[in-house]
Amino acid sequence: MESDTLLLGAVAYDSKVVTIWDGFQQYFAARGFPFDYVLYSNYERQVEGQLAGHTHVGWNSPLAWIEAARLAAARGRSARAVAMRDTDCDLTSVVVVRADSPWRSLADLRGKRVGTGAADSPQAHLIPLLHLAEAGLDLARDVEIRRFDLLVGKHGDHIGGEREAARALVKGEVDAACMIDGNHLQFAREGVLPAGSTRVLHQTPPYDHCNFTVLDDAPRGPVDRFVELLFAMSYDEPEVRRLFDLEGLKAWRRGRVEGYAQLERAVDRFGTLEPWLRAHGGRSG
Amino acid sequence: MSEPRAAEPRAGPTAVDLGHLGLDRGGHLLLKRALAGVAVGERLAVRGRDPHLALHLAVWCRAQGHEFAPAVEADPADLVGHVTRRTDQAGRWRGAERAGDARAAGDAVASHPSARWGLAARGATVEAGGPAFDFPLGDRRTVWADEAARLYEQAAAAQWDPATAIAWSEPFVLADEVEDAVVQVMTYLVENETAALLVPARFLAQLHPHFREVMQLLAVQTADEARHIEVFTRRALLRRDQLGLSTVGGQLSLKTLVDEPDFALASFLLSVLGEGSFLSLLWFLHRNAPDPVTAEVARLAAQDEARHVAFGLAHLCRHAGEEPALRARLAAAVERRHDALRHTAGLNEEVFDALVLLAAGSWQPEAIERGHAAVVDLTRDMDEGRRRRLRRLGFTDGEAEALSSLHTRNFM
Repeated sequence: MESDTLLLGAVAYDSKVVTIWDGFQQYFAARGFPFDYVLYSNYERQVEGQLAGHTHVGWNSPLAWIEAARLAAARGRSARAVAMRDTDCDLTSVVVVRADSPWRSLADLRGKRVGTGAADSPQAHLIPLLHLAEAGLDLARDVEIRRFDLLVGKHGDHIGGEREAARALVKGEVDAACMIDGNHLQFAREGVLPAGSTRVLHQTPPYDHCNFTVLDDAPRGPVDRFVELLFAMSYDEPEVRRLFDLEGLKAWRRGRVEGYAQLERAVDRFGTLEPWLRAHGGRSG
Repeated sequence: MSEPRAAEPRAGPTAVDLGHLGLDRGGHLLLKRALAGVAVGERLAVRGRDPHLALHLAVWCRAQGHEFAPAVEADPADLVGHVTRRTDQAGRWRGAERAGDARAAGDAVASHPSARWGLAARGATVEAGGPAFDFPLGDRRTVWADEAARLYEQAAAAQWDPATAIAWSEPFVLADEVEDAVVQVMTYLVENETAALLVPARFLAQLHPHFREVMQLLAVQTADEARHIEVFTRRALLRRDQLGLSTVGGQLSLKTLVDEPDFALASFLLSVLGEGSFLSLLWFLHRNAPDPVTAEVARLAAQDEARHVAFGLAHLCRHAGEEPALRARLAAAVERRHDALRHTAGLNEEVFDALVLLAAGSWQPEAIERGHAAVVDLTRDMDEGRRRRLRRLGFTDGEAEALSSLHTRNFM
């Protein structure tokens, strides 16, 4: 790697990703900061690339953050989250049922069909299922999990799986559907969830989403400059506003990792990362 | 929506009641209206009964950059929570620019409207940072004429319905060869009107929309030509299954119009000289038509063409007033076109003969003689019209005579 160019890894979950990072590259270049990016088709490859020294910064999903942190720890190294979007903080997921259904708690879903997003989606699969499990349901025996797997490897960044689960709920193909809170509002506005047709059975406590992850060997100066430039970005600037609107934020915030506790519990409980970590010489938990 | 707000919020309510309305059914409008009166850092109490309101308020606030604190047990039952305003919508409008004056005319029209005003309505406030559009016709001097507004209004008011404006089923009897002559003339008209449609249509797509009245006029001009093409085709097919002949000479002449990339030159060649000559031709057809349908389609088309000529003259007069060297460019364009067409046949014999026969109305030698004389008068009338318009553009009598004589023999 060129020592003076900060290289970021991101997952191409949508074609707009190119527009976003090209925009950041130009924004940084105009401020004399050499920056480039590499796109991966899935988060696992991105995390492996960062551990192998191919990139300095990973734009990681919450699950990819845990993958990076655990794989780094397994190799005697460390990872930290340097920044995140304001909209990455304090999200919740909801388990939604049809308004006329009799169920009042997650435990009532025993024997029922539960629709979720992609298997690697923190918000629409892992975290909601953690809550079902913690409510006393055996996910293998007590409920039928119907996964709407769109674009596995992208950690649920694509909205499609959740929308399919919501549609299945309305059509009666599942009894409950799991989704992130924002999509509940969006699907209601889109009419996918007709007004008054659904009820929120359960809402999780808040958790956090993506972050910019760096490893302990990342070049300090460029990383500090990167973070400094991020925090100097203002939504009031037209060129920034375009990028922020695409990336869905109003301001960058300092990275924090306390908000990943629910997801940590979920991957530990379900052993989600064990095969991948074993394959890469790491360990789970 | 409304005007961008100034940074200073008006004194407003510190509570809003959404009633039964959720944010999935438009409740956010009430919320935004109430927040407009709340200063950054201040709180707004939100009441409502929608069961998903607290969930959706948290989502909405996160996306908008505000803070949401859900109600606690001690709060009144219908209080859903408090929204603390964290962002100022006015920030979005910092650096915004008004895209000229909505009612502008004359020199108040922007001389070089910004490419970033894009498609915005003239007089709208345009957010900074928008895309720059490529409108090659973005210079007022080249395209503008105050007359465009009046001509557009006239055009909009004068639109006629081809289905009802012409008595298509009115009975008439024509000799076969006279009918053939009408079909040949219609074939020629369709070909020429197609050029008259494509040329303004091409420039329309290059024109900065700031010049709204010009854009509207060019649009209606192309719509006029579409109707002309329709009625001429319909007249040709009234008694026949096929149209007449299209010649190399005719198409070569029209191709020089279609290929002309310069708006002023194309407008001069097409509207002032070409459509100007066509005005004479259409009135000739109206006066000499052997049947009422031909007479009427010619009259309706002529009325429209008069507006096209008027706009061409108006913007070129203004342009020449601001750029005296324009006249030399216009003259050179006529000479260039003449040279390019020097070795072509000009008006095809089929069209010329058809015009004579159409005006004659029969094969009687006296009638043919009368028809021939009428066509000779027509070419003289066209020449006089061209010279008159050239003089209006500031050419001397001698220049006008010379340039008119170089105009394509294909008329358009």
